Amino acid sequence: MPVNISDKRETASHELPATPLDPSVRAARDEKIQIAMIALCGCWGCTLSFLDMDENLLRLLDKVNITRSSLTDIKRIPHRCAIGFVEGGVASEENIEILEHYRKNCDILISAGACAVWGGVPAMRNVVPLEACFREAYLDGPTAEPGVQPVIPYHPDIPRITTRVYPCHEVVKMDYFIPGCPPDGAAIFQVLDDLVNGREVALPGTINHYD
Amino acid sequence: MGKKLVIDPVTRIEGHGRVTVHLDEDNRVIDAKLHVVEFRGFEKFIQGHPYWEAPVLLQRVCGICFVSHHLAGAKALDDIIGAGYSTGVQMLPTAEKVRRLGHYGQQLQSHVTAYFYLIVPEMLFGMDAPPEQRNVLGLVEANPDLIKRVVALRKWGQEVIKTVFGKRMHGISSIPGGVNKGISIAERNRLLNGEKGLLSIGQVIDYAQDGLRLFHEFHEKHRKQVDGFAEVPALNMSLVDDNGNVDYYHGRLRIVNKNRETVFELDYHDYLDYFAEATEKWSYMKFPYLKKLGREAGAVRVGPLARVNVTKSYGGSTPLAQAALERFQAYTNGKANDMTLHTNWARAIEILHSAELIKALLNDPDLQGEQLTLEPPESAWTGKGVGVVEAPRGTLLHHYQANEEGAITSANLVVATTQNNTVINRTVRAVAEEYLGGQAEITEGMMNAVEVGIRAYDPCLSCATHAMGQMPLVVSVHDAQGRVVDERVR
Repeated sequence: MPVNISDKRETASHELPATPLDPSVRAARDEKIQIAMIALCGCWGCTLSFLDMDENLLRLLDKVNITRSSLTDIKRIPHRCAIGFVEGGVASEENIEILEHYRKNCDILISAGACAVWGGVPAMRNVVPLEACFREAYLDGPTAEPGVQPVIPYHPDIPRITTRVYPCHEVVKMDYFIPGCPPDGAAIFQVLDDLVNGREVALPGTINHYD
Repeated sequence: MGKKLVIDPVTRIEGHGRVTVHLDEDNRVIDAKLHVVEFRGFEKFIQGHPYWEAPVLLQRVCGICFVSHHLAGAKALDDIIGAGYSTGVQMLPTAEKVRRLGHYGQQLQSHVTAYFYLIVPEMLFGMDAPPEQRNVLGLVEANPDLIKRVVALRKWGQEVIKTVFGKRMHGISSIPGGVNKGISIAERNRLLNGEKGLLSIGQVIDYAQDGLRLFHEFHEKHRKQVDGFAEVPALNMSLVDDNGNVDYYHGRLRIVNKNRETVFELDYHDYLDYFAEATEKWSYMKFPYLKKLGREAGAVRVGPLARVNVTKSYGGSTPLAQAALERFQAYTNGKANDMTLHTNWARAIEILHSAELIKALLNDPDLQGEQLTLEPPESAWTGKGVGVVEAPRGTLLHHYQANEEGAITSANLVVATTQNNTVINRTVRAVAEEYLGGQAEITEGMMNAVEVGIRAYDPCLSCATHAMGQMPLVVSVHDAQGRVVDERVR
């Protein structure tokens, strides 16, 4: 039954009636190990490195199901997940909320890549006041509009930016860390494959990079 | 009392965005917006760093088009040391061709990722298919052979990048005045002939043609929906060579109208004479426009659809892509094509075009040249540079200045997704009116139509918020009094 949304102030698309997944497909997915992914303040590169597992991605998908992720249209974690794969650091109030949502709903959280592990390149702004960054971007740039009163974005529909960029483990407890900018697809596969198969995580030096 | 619908976050795109749609009491769309909800501040914190760090740090703006950022930055550095196009110096052939090889490899990889992993699920399953199915998992379940080919195709593109840059992402190839290494015969042959677990160039071209065929089949079945979906008028911009053909690495910026007549053509070093950027309170992404035309008339579209609208032809070295381009341009009788979903057609053509360009380039002996870098005297130092390339998502500009000690004093980036901001917002509005306006009940699938419109631009909200911040995507609908009627947050 469609819901009547006319008397709510705000309705999210994922709360609306959707076409249901075929029950047999759903059952097959439910039997797998559940993973949720999120990209916080980063460049999406670690998510692409996840795709860089190449053929191993397909091997992994035999055993795991991806729920919420920027690669799917699942907007909230739908049920408890074994693993949360987190790219990016924390740079806005929204990032904080999302990371806490992941901590609450995942057994294991992985900081994947330099931004999640220590803030990465975005954390270079920590040596500059946030206001100076905003001024440079919106008020003082060479393409600023002549004769127009400049505006720094601030609106209920966009989150406030935090004054500093934080690594994920300064916001919630993180269980594993994969360094690299980005980590190699092979490193990501090694960690996930170990976890999925119940082995102790061992990342050999040959695929463990810090650049 | 109206409604506010939100999509929060927009998914199957790079970066963070939110859509809000506001409806009045009769469910008419009053307002619909894409809000970018992230901000990072690269322009400020790069200041004071050595000039040669810029392309290495600023490529971290984006994990999917880092090559474009690296090369736009490299071209700006060429200018800074007095070895660039601004001073009339011609790049060494080996250096230019190695850069082009990396660039085409990235365009192939990026378009393959966007087209197959993010967009094709809609084409196969429909916009209102189960949300859990409209993704790569659904592709694995429905067509395992297709996904195996897609994985192999993307892998090959990544291996082209790795051959040039040393690693698949955020590697280094360009240095001021040239590149740090050429391409060996063995590396060339591996990409041409393939090996166990790696496609040959012939297979890559075959798979690229399969991708294009997939669009044609989809188009045949759903012509009315595809053609009628968000036809959004805008000017089109692309880099072109002396013949008026698209050049992804270098050229002049040409802007054409609906009749594909040139309305502006400029040396990109003069971009400040032509472009300004507006700012709105409700998004961290700015709104560039042509100053002479103003914000509404002066908004330009960039990216695959804009490029196939601008280019005269593809020249003679890429016959399969040339035939595909002719079919595309004939579909609108030579007029510019404003149909949003035809962007995916253009993207599929560009996958094929990239593959053929790479094939031609791999057979060029200049790749094995030994002169890699121009080293102008210190007296040639200009301290300022602008670099522009056609990134997968469209025209990308880096503009730096450095002082005599070599420290960066200013950096300005105008990225493709930002160029498209106004056109994307027009698209969001058009789709909201078509799919949400006047509906008694709104479903998840109808809301996904708004995201389909956004995804056609393959927006990279990470790129677009280099300034600083996080890009959430919200669609809101407001009533005539400006109250929020409906908003969808994804």
